[in-house]
Amino acid sequence: MPKLKLWIDEQEIEVEEGTTVLEAARGIGIDIPTLCYLKDLNAPAACRVCLVQVEDRPTMDCSCVLPVSEGMRVLTHTPAVLEARKEMIELLLSDHPFECLTCERNLNCELQRLAKRYGIRDLQFSGSRNHFPIDDLSPSVVREPDKCIRCRRCLAVCEYYQAVGIYRMVERSFNAIVGPAYNGSLMETPCIYCGQCITVCPTGALHEQDSTARVWEALRDPELHVVVQTAPSIRCSIGEEFGYPVGTPVAGQMIAALRRLGFDRVFDDCFGADVTVMEEATELLERFERGGPFPQFTSCCPSWVRFCELFYPELNENLSEVKSPQQVFGVLAKTYYAQEAGLDPERIFVVSIMPCVSKKYELLRPEMNDSGRRDVDAELTTREFAQMLFQAGIDLRKLPEEDFDAPMGRASGAGIIFGSTGGVMEAALRTAYEWVTGEELKDVEFPQVRSDKYKDAEIPMGDLRLKVAVARGTGEARRLIEALKKGQKEYHFVEVMACPAGCVGGGGQPIYIETNDWNEQVAHRSRRSGGLYQLDRQMEHRQSHKNPAVIRLYRDFLGHPGSEKAHRLLHTGYHSRRLYAPEPLPKKEHKQRVPLR
Amino acid sequence: MAVKTDPEEKLYERLDRALKKYKGKPGVLIAALQEAQEIFGYLPRKVMIQVANRLTIPLSEVYSVVSFYSLFSTVPTGKHRLEVCLGTACYVQGAEELLRELQDLCGTEPGKSAPESPFSISTTRCVGACGAAPIVKIGEELHGEMTPEKLPSLLEELVKE
Repeated sequence: MPKLKLWIDEQEIEVEEGTTVLEAARGIGIDIPTLCYLKDLNAPAACRVCLVQVEDRPTMDCSCVLPVSEGMRVLTHTPAVLEARKEMIELLLSDHPFECLTCERNLNCELQRLAKRYGIRDLQFSGSRNHFPIDDLSPSVVREPDKCIRCRRCLAVCEYYQAVGIYRMVERSFNAIVGPAYNGSLMETPCIYCGQCITVCPTGALHEQDSTARVWEALRDPELHVVVQTAPSIRCSIGEEFGYPVGTPVAGQMIAALRRLGFDRVFDDCFGADVTVMEEATELLERFERGGPFPQFTSCCPSWVRFCELFYPELNENLSEVKSPQQVFGVLAKTYYAQEAGLDPERIFVVSIMPCVSKKYELLRPEMNDSGRRDVDAELTTREFAQMLFQAGIDLRKLPEEDFDAPMGRASGAGIIFGSTGGVMEAALRTAYEWVTGEELKDVEFPQVRSDKYKDAEIPMGDLRLKVAVARGTGEARRLIEALKKGQKEYHFVEVMACPAGCVGGGGQPIYIETNDWNEQVAHRSRRSGGLYQLDRQMEHRQSHKNPAVIRLYRDFLGHPGSEKAHRLLHTGYHSRRLYAPEPLPKKEHKQRVPLR
Repeated sequence: MAVKTDPEEKLYERLDRALKKYKGKPGVLIAALQEAQEIFGYLPRKVMIQVANRLTIPLSEVYSVVSFYSLFSTVPTGKHRLEVCLGTACYVQGAEELLRELQDLCGTEPGKSAPESPFSISTTRCVGACGAAPIVKIGEELHGEMTPEKLPSLLEELVKE
């Protein structure tokens, strides 16, 4: 790429052709504000707060889409530029509900932050405001279009990263809004509930369904025995909410915090993950005996499962029929644990803490009741968990390290790495390898499947060369499936997670607003994986089949992996699903808005 | 514009045949929707879903286009579709008054379903005939230099046709 010379605020610089003025300025430490921009994912020049003045041009330009040119002279902070940006922010605010105090994103909102940065003290514009209904019909994601600033980041992540495309600009002029067709409910669409739209929304227009009230209610009910399972990734992401560096493992403090919140038992979802590995590896070997169908797709991620059911129902039989760790844990809590502890399963209330908003949908799937009742009662995202700790005044940093309870709190390192992309694959390989070859692995790590990018590998296992692939994001999964269909690729076992970097980048994780670069955003989430691999190395057992609690579970309760009882409790089936509801769902009246003036 | 007379099922078969030639080709959505609107007279939800599924594009994309262009109607229209231009030139030449008068005369308003009525009204932006503003467009015909006074006779002629 040839270099071009230009001046930004009188500073002479040289940058590669094709660079935008925004990025060129950033390179020399000038922070031009943005709202809609998310580098390498979204640059629609919609919010217009990144205005700059280029000498000899009649109007100001949006620097996020303005490529540099030779000899260009850019001014980024003249009084006129600052005034224009301020006006843009005020225009956005003139159609924004002033509900900051009661908004989910209070103090973590990009619009709020920008209003503060530009010292907005009054609005010079007043006039019509939009009043759209709130869509809280889906089990996972709530949309409050009145808070939407039409940045289109949700549209971009849904269309380009996930290849689902439920969002578009709909309607016209002042009524134009980013939403599904008819600005209808997500329930009328093939939304996979991954919640990535939540993680990129600059305001509170998108957030999860609140489950904290339900969990508080369960905790205050003396009749209930409330158990909690924490997903692998939570121990390396909850710390962020309390000021720890990203990826710091805080499992011990997290357990202590859960006890102080009042949970009767604090268990580990990694135990559920270990059981999932036992069943899923068994299923893989059974497929080799039966001759397929291949590849076997992992089924831990409910958004990926839903994506497959919606868009590729012909591959439903390729999805592993083993339930996800959340559901494996839930059904075992109300059968195995109930029996061990001598408890009436009706009295057990299972809470899961997940990095995920899709798990709220998964636990409501009608078939997830193999214990004879709802297997998992409520799910909290990492953010909701932090919210409950804030409410209770529990400071993670001041807590001692405690241990999980027996019997469902003991996990192997394989269960822990489930939270990272490639982790489920690696965990399954650590067990399948030994089962196939009858040899003990000298090194249990499989760096071949660890990567932030699409990765495939061949794993020699005795006479067998196992062809595996790891994909994250359903867009990547779609490309993989199309390649399989064209015969360009052939695999035995494929892991798919819907979120970037896997569960550590889930839609329920802490929202990070310190970057407007999508790749940096993903890298931030990937750093949480580092903590998981660190914990894995410290574990006494690093393979699911060597976890003594798992061995005991099979000896005392399930029999053997793939047993009739294991099938009845831990396996499930899939359905093809309609993409669009033929009739609209009734809309709820939107909340009463308090007008600013 | 075809009026909905065939039984519904036949119309959907016609739509399917029409959509075949568009599948997998880029930039065909507007043409496909125009053809669908000719078949059904308007674009109900089920038709849009069919278009999305056959062309394997998201319904949001279909609806985005339909809700943006005023030539598409999501509700059944009357026999004659009257479009009042509200572009800048027409607006300053009295299009708003024209629209009000037309609503009174026809007893309907823009975007309102009017399957049994002889007329339906919609508004549009610039039709490219600003010199003759204000404009009322009926079918493919443009009627320029319109005044509220000229409207009754215009409607009478349409009914006579």
